[in-house]
Formats: sequence, C-alpha cells, structure tokens
Amino acid sequence: MTTTDGGAGTSARVAARVRDLTKTYGKGDAMVRALDGVSLDLVAGEFTAIMGPSGSGKSTLMHCCAALDTATSGEVFLGDRELGRLKDKELTRLRRDEIGFVFQSFNLVPTLSAEENIVLPQSIARRKPDREWFDTVIETVGIRDRLSHRPNQLSGGQQQRVAIARALVGRPTIVFADEPTGNLDSQSGAEVLDLLRRSAADHGQTIVMVTHDPVAASYTDRVVFLADGRIVDELRRPDREGVLEVMARMSAPLAADAER
Amino acid sequence: MFRAALKSLLGRKVRLLMSTFAIVIGVSFVVGTLVFSDTLSRSFTALMASTVGDVVVRPEHTDAAAEPTTRTVDSGLVDALEGVEGAARVDGNVTSFGVYVVGQDGKLIGGSGPPSIGGNWTEAPAGHDLEGMDVIAGRAPEKAGEVMLDSNTAGEGGYVIGQEVTIVTATDRGSLTAELVGVIGFPEGGSLNGATFTAFDTRTAQDLFLDGRDAFSDIWVTAEPGTSQEDLAAAVGEVLPDGVEAVTGDEAADEAASAIQEAVGFLTTFLLIFAGISLVVGAFLIVNTFSILVAQRSRELALLRALGASKKQVTRSVLLEALVLGLLGSTIGLGLGVLLAIGIRTLFAQFGLDLSGQPLIMAPRTVLAAYAVGVVVTMGAAFFPARRTSKIAPVQAMRDDIAMPESSLRRRMLVGVVLIVGGGVALAAGLTESVPRPLYFVGGGILAILLGVASASPVISHPLLAAAAWTYSRLFGSIGALAGQNSLRNPRRTTATSSALMIGLSLACTMAIVGDSAKASVDKTIEENFVGDYVVSSLVGQSFSTQVGRQMAEVPGVESVWAQRFAISQMGGEGQGIGAAEPATMRDGFAIDMVEGDLADLVDDTVVVDESHAEEEGLSLGEDVTVRLADGEHEMEVVGIYAENPILFFPIVTTPQTLVDAGHQDSDNFLIIDTDDRAGVQAALDAVVEKSPVVTVKDQRGFAAEQREPIDQLVLMIFALLGLALLIAVLGIVNTLALSIIERTREVGLLRAIGVSRAQLRRMVTLESVVIAVLGAVLGVVLGIGFGIALMHSLREEGLEVISVPVGQLAVFLVVSVVIGVLAALLPARRAAKLDVLRAIGAE
Repeated sequence: MTTTDGGAGTSARVAARVRDLTKTYGKGDAMVRALDGVSLDLVAGEFTAIMGPSGSGKSTLMHCCAALDTATSGEVFLGDRELGRLKDKELTRLRRDEIGFVFQSFNLVPTLSAEENIVLPQSIARRKPDREWFDTVIETVGIRDRLSHRPNQLSGGQQQRVAIARALVGRPTIVFADEPTGNLDSQSGAEVLDLLRRSAADHGQTIVMVTHDPVAASYTDRVVFLADGRIVDELRRPDREGVLEVMARMSAPLAADAER
Repeated sequence: MFRAALKSLLGRKVRLLMSTFAIVIGVSFVVGTLVFSDTLSRSFTALMASTVGDVVVRPEHTDAAAEPTTRTVDSGLVDALEGVEGAARVDGNVTSFGVYVVGQDGKLIGGSGPPSIGGNWTEAPAGHDLEGMDVIAGRAPEKAGEVMLDSNTAGEGGYVIGQEVTIVTATDRGSLTAELVGVIGFPEGGSLNGATFTAFDTRTAQDLFLDGRDAFSDIWVTAEPGTSQEDLAAAVGEVLPDGVEAVTGDEAADEAASAIQEAVGFLTTFLLIFAGISLVVGAFLIVNTFSILVAQRSRELALLRALGASKKQVTRSVLLEALVLGLLGSTIGLGLGVLLAIGIRTLFAQFGLDLSGQPLIMAPRTVLAAYAVGVVVTMGAAFFPARRTSKIAPVQAMRDDIAMPESSLRRRMLVGVVLIVGGGVALAAGLTESVPRPLYFVGGGILAILLGVASASPVISHPLLAAAAWTYSRLFGSIGALAGQNSLRNPRRTTATSSALMIGLSLACTMAIVGDSAKASVDKTIEENFVGDYVVSSLVGQSFSTQVGRQMAEVPGVESVWAQRFAISQMGGEGQGIGAAEPATMRDGFAIDMVEGDLADLVDDTVVVDESHAEEEGLSLGEDVTVRLADGEHEMEVVGIYAENPILFFPIVTTPQTLVDAGHQDSDNFLIIDTDDRAGVQAALDAVVEKSPVVTVKDQRGFAAEQREPIDQLVLMIFALLGLALLIAVLGIVNTLALSIIERTREVGLLRAIGVSRAQLRRMVTLESVVIAVLGAVLGVVLGIGFGIALMHSLREEGLEVISVPVGQLAVFLVVSVVIGVLAALLPARRAAKLDVLRAIGAE
C-alpha cells in the first residue's frame, strides 16, 4: 500500500509519513474504526487529494496528519518528528510553524483585516513575515487590493484566498485543506483550486486536500482513495473521468456487499 | 412555541445559571433587608409588650420616646391605686438609663446603642398576662449591695452568682459594686435586644437613681382577669392627682416601639438603597446576558420565524425565558435572603443589637417583593433584547453568519446625553436644596447620570478602548491586538459589562471622597477650635456622672473644668438636640463669640441660638421658641445669638438647671479641662475615669482620632455593601466573557489550529477582561470624583469645609480593577484554553 513517488519531476523527499495508523471511536459493539491501518507517504511539493465517501475516514486521516487529532495506534511523521511523541506545547508550535490550514468555512478572525489575518501565525510567533515572500503570496492569490478589508467585506472566494495566503505565507512544510471549495460557487472554487495547484507547481508547496468533489480532485497531482478507513486505490495525474471511474469501482463492491 | 422556549432554556443550563446569579443577589439583598427589619421591629414590639404593665401611671407629658427622666410619681399613689376596682396588683417602678455593667475583663458590656437600664425589681406581670422577665436563677435583691443582672449581661460579663459586679451609673453615685444574687431573663425565650438590665431592690434603686426620694418613675397597675386595659385605665385615671396620667400598656408599648422603629427605620432605607444598587447593576448583567443569548440564537429564532412564528411570538418566547429566569432567580434569592438576614443579625449582634431570641419573620410582603423585584427587573432588562429579535428576518435562518440588528449608536448617545444632562440638573437642584425632598433629587440625579453614561458609553468609551487596543498591540504583540480588537468588536457589550463595575466604583469613590473630606473637616475644625488641654466625653455620646467633673477639678494641675450636657427635645414635631452649659463656661471655657445679646442674660428657661439656626428659623432677639422637654412644652426667650462654634454640639443652648428642672437626668456629656500642663496630669485624669470605661480623656489628637472613627466605620460599612455591587459586576464580566467565548468557539478553535498556545489564549482572554474592568474603573473613578466633589461642595455650609480627594485610595481602586479583571478572566480563559481544537473548529 505504501506508495512513493517514482520520479515524476519532483524530488522524492517525503513531507509526511503515515505508518499503520488506526483510529477507533467508542468501545465494544459500538466501536467504530475510522482508520484501519493506513500507511501513506506524502511527497514534498506534491498536491495530493484524499477522496472517499462520507465516513471513509478521510477527514480523520487529515486531522491526525495535521496534529489536530491523535491516533489510537500507528505513527505520523512530519519531517522526521513523530507526532505521537510531542506534547501539547510542541504540537502547538508545530501547527504554527510547520503546518498551514485551509478550512471549508474559511475561519478568518472577523476582527482582523485580511492582511492581519494572513500574518497572524507569524505575529503570534513574534516573527517578522518575509516581505518578499509575502508579496509573492499576495500576488499569487490576487488580493492585493483587498488587504485592508475585514472578512465580512470580502466575498467567499476572496475570504478563502485570504485563508490560503495565511496558510502559505509561513512556508509550512505542508498545507492541509479541508474541502476548501465546499462553500464556494464553481467559479470561485475553480480559482481557489487553480491557486492551490500553482502553489504546489510553482513554489513546491506540499498540499494535502480532502474532498469528495471529482472536479476538485482533478486539479491535483495524485488522488488517494479511502474507504472504510483503508486506502483502496490511488491515481496519478487524475482527470475527472478517471476519478469518477475509480469512485464507481469503489462503490461496486459496496453494492455487492449490500446485496449479500 | 412556549415549549420551544422552555426547551431552549433547559438546553443552556450553564448560561441559565450565570444569568440568574445577578437576579439572585439583588433579590436576596431585598429579602435579607426586609426579613431583618421585620424581625427587628417584631422583636422590639414583643420586647416592649412584655416589658409594660396593663396600665402605666406616669407623670403627665411623659413621652416614651424621650430619654429617661428624673420625674416621678408619689409612692403614696400605690396604696391609693390598690383600692381601684379591677386592679389586681400595683407595683412601683424605678427606672434609670446609663447604668453600665463592667465585665470581669474590665470591658463595658453593651452601651453602643441599646440602652443600659437600671432599676428596681418587682414581681409585676407584664400586660395581658404576657410572660415577661422573671428570675431564672438565684433570687431577687433584698438589700443594698445586692444586684440582679439579665442573663445575657451576666453571661457576657462572665459573672456568676455570688461575685461582685462593677456598675457605672450616670448619676452622682458614679460607680459602685454589688454582689450578684440573681439572674433574670425570659423563661419563654426572647431577649432584651442587646439592652442591659441591672436590678436592685426598690429602696436601693430609689437611693441610686432618685436621690433617695420615696417615689417611682412610673407605676404598673395589673388588671384583674376580665378587666380590660381601657376600663382599668379609666378607673385609675379617676383617682389620679393632677400632673399624673394613666395610659394603657398597649399604648405605652406602641409609643416606645414606634419610637425605636423610627430610629431603626433609617437602617431599612439604607439597606434597601444598596439592594437597589445591586439590582441596577444586576439589570445591566441581565440586559447583556440576554443580548448575547439572543444573538447566539438568532439563527434558531430566524428558523422559528421561517417556520411560521410571528414576530410577537418570537419576542414573547424570549420574554418567557426572562420570566422563568426571574422566577427561578427570585426563588433562590428568597432562600439566600434568609441566610443574609441571619448574617445581618449576626453582624448587628457584634454591635450590641442582639436579636437572637427572635425567630426570623418572613412576611407575605417580603415574598411578594422578592418575586416582584426579581421578575420585573429581569423582564424589564430582557425587554430590549427581546424587542430586537423581532427584527430578525426569517431568511437569516439560511445564512451561515448573521449579525443581530442593533439599535443605532447615535440614538443611544442621544438618550445618554439627555439622561446625563437631566441627571445633572436634578443633582444640582438637589444639592442646592432648591427643591422639596432634595435627597430624592440627588439620588435620582446620580442614578440618571450613571445610566446616561452607561447608555452613551459605547460612543464615549471608544477612544479609551481604541487606546487600550493600541497599547495592547504594542505591549503584547498580536495576542494583545486580538484582545484589543475583541473589546472593540462589540462596544455595546464591552461597555455594558464595564458599566456594572462603573456604578459600584463610582459610588465607592464618592464615599471615599465624602469620608476623606469629612475626616479632613473634622481635623481642621478640631485643630482650629480645640480649646483647653483635654476633652472628656463618653464613647457613645451618652451622659456620665457629674462626679467625673468634680473629681477632675480636684486633680492637681487642673485649672478649670467646663461642662456641657445635651438633651433631645422635640421642636415642631422633630427631634432636636439641645445643649446646656453655664454662661460662664460658654464665655470663659468655650470662648463663644456673641453676635447679638449677652451671655450674662442667659438664665433658666432662656436660650441662646447659633447664627445659622437663627437665620434658618427666622429667630431674633427677644422672641420665644417652643421647646418640648421631658415634662412638656416650654416657651423660652432667645436672649442671645452666637457665632458658629463647633464646641457647642447643638444650635440651641440653655442652662443645665433648665434641663434638670424639666426632669432630665443631672449628668454631663462633655467636659473641657484646662491644666497648667504639668507632667502626669493626663494620668491623674485617666485615673478618675478608670472605673467607668464609657468615659475617656483625650488630648487634641486623641479627640480628633475619636471623632474620625465613626466616619471610618461608616465608610467601611458602605464599602462592604458596595462590595456586593462590585461582586455582581465581577460576575458580570465572568458571564460576558464566558458567553462570548462560547460565541467565538470556532474562532478560538481556529486560533489554536494556527498555532496559538493555550497560554497565549488565556492571556488574550485575560487582556480582554482587564480592558473591561479598567474601563469600568476609569469611568467609575471619574464619575465618583465628580459626584464626591459636588456633594462636598454643597455640604460646605454644613461645616464640612475641606474637600479632600484620597488619591491613594482612588489609585488602589484602579489597581484593584486590574486584579478584578485578571480574576474574572480565570474561568473563561481556562474554558477557552481547554476547548478541543477539532470540535471547536467544527462548532456551529
């Protein structure tokens, strides 16, 4: 199940490694296995999508990778650090310095301007943002004329682009995006996805995106399919049809199961 | 609809609890005050009823409210009355006040309010066959040198039967000792409410208190079974000589009780004012809580609207919640109020007013008041947020984030300005006494200004908040910036929360200024006017034996002793203190300057009055004033008008003999001693009063300190009561912060997700809390200084000339407010830091 990049143009450096990750909820009969021995390498500089039906464990997987949740067993390495060994303080620092987040519901701080939101992680760390990189990021996400606006003065698409800028500006090891287009119309969604793809392609930013939208998945370099807490398939350089095909295949055995 | 409202209440138990708190405290204060004052008045009524006979025969014009007199009825009357039809028995009583018992430890028992009564002991039953006091141990005194004490006094003094008791009287006898032979008390329960009772046999009592005359202060006639008090009084009245009257026990008891109740009535008013303050502060909390609750539920309310609920129904559902909360809070407050009453009772027992024998009275009116206050305040406060709900459009149910419609800031500013201006005018009118009932104007004016500032606060506080936000971001980086922005995010909420603190603190500041100025004025007056070398007075302003002055005059080194005494008289239906001193004393001892007339003209049954009193009452030389003394009304000619002088305590002064003739006790209240400054004089003077701990000898500094003490005590007591308002305000901050943390759950989660540590989050919440507290403190201190100075300004003519602002104390208030802010943030900050990141982000 372990998949490493076979030399597809990017370096084969691994940004995050997941080993035999299991996450269960509840006990006894009521026990739910959200993740069931998942192992996965996330290659640096790649834009990876994690797909799967509801309840497949894709969000749990991302949360565990992003140090938001702890696994029942197994290991997650970010760089060469194993998350399970870290204390809350170190996890907090890790989230601040190594990880960027993009949420479905944007999650900007309403009292701060767009610019303040973008540099918030840096300023919490009392670090000066790299001005040049900041400018590059702003240029990339295209919100220069909106920097002094408050979130409630921005459209959904603009808010999400601010959120992406916030994730990118700290040059994190890895950016996690949770259904980033879930709350956007297709036009804004396309812009956001294009933005994420360019970040990976142009700046070598590692991005992991959880989605159930085949169109969104088609923007990525690689799609990992999850079902019942296990990785069941993966696609490289996916297109929409390819993704749909895998999804159809995935639901077939389920349907067969259901008939039995 | 109602079910939905109730369900949503129950779904928010924590918030429910927090918002009830304000109501609980306010209501419990009201209940505590009412229960205590009912208990107090019942206790006095009961005490008076059980310490009066069926018919009381006494000198005419005796006023039970007036202080003890030396007027008597002839003892021969006893025999005459025994023949009256319907009289079962007749007993003569000797009563005197100012008879103190000194405990084994040398400390005075009681003496700070409730009277210290001395007299004879008779077996006379109380009126209506009530179980009165009875001998509960030992026996009644039979001869000189024997004494009986009430059980509380004996217990407190540590005396057991057979021991020698030290007693200090205000009469010529000074102090004496006698063997304790018996203890009296209420066998059925009840107490003297902290009064002390020292009983002798009749002969000894007459010797001690009536100069040995065979007479009685009054006579009790006990009715035979079947004879009513009225009939007996009428029958008794027929045999009485002129100058003596018979009243029924009920009448006499009512007179005495109502006089005392009037005296303690101010206490009830005083406590209710603080209950009112608590409720006003509490109302801010409720408005805030409901505003937040409504804002948080706006989506739910919009959903109800979308499902077909009318605007009215939505508004009503919020008001229903308020009703339930009000009822709940009132109920808890009722229970807590009883505890509070017990607390107040314990507190007053410390000051000598012992009510332990009286069970607490829960009058129906108290219960009614509790619910009325609780429900009205809650619903009134919830009305504004509730009305706002009607502006929620059904379509908002579909949106992700909706903002509650808010009343415009401009309107609030306008309302605020109107209130401030109106309040200022009322305050000014009240302070210059250009209106009837000026105190109401002062109180109302202050309240209006406070409410006005609270209303305009979102606007006028903005610069302060912005400055705080700026400072925060400089000092604490982005965490500080976030905290500052949060406090600016909803200025209404921030300022409403701090307004609660503002009210408490502004009143505390006012009190601090008034107290400090009063003390400074006392110091200044004493410094400028202190004549003589020593002052002798009693701790509680009660009179003491003339022996003290006579003995002091004989102390080597003492050149002269100047005496002054007081009596409480009635003038125009109101109590008015009247002073008395020899003309020579006034001239040579007190250095009184006459404006008109001559002190030499001051003879018995004439008065001199001070300048401002003469002006107020329109008195001029040669005119008569009507003064009601212990034996009735006297017409006294004004023979002189003197310049204001703080040594004379009351604005009307007559001769000592006038008071004695009118039946007032022959004792002094105040002595001024001139000495030749030789060493050891004070020690020798102290030795004179060694055995009477009520009386103390003070030099100028000691006297000033003693005069300042009651001011300090009063200020301290008011601080303690305002502390309650501050407590409510602190809870308000906790409540608002906690609710706004709940409201911002997702944001908190996000901050944690992007790397804000728990410590940083706690700091952010703490900084927000400190902004609220400091804002309240700054506004409170500024307003307090304004009120304080205005009040003191208007009191200038009353002799309080110095306006002193205790800067140190005010600085302490500001520091305390920071501490309050930090403390109030503890729980909300913990709660924020503990939020699970994942769940927080996913929260609605």
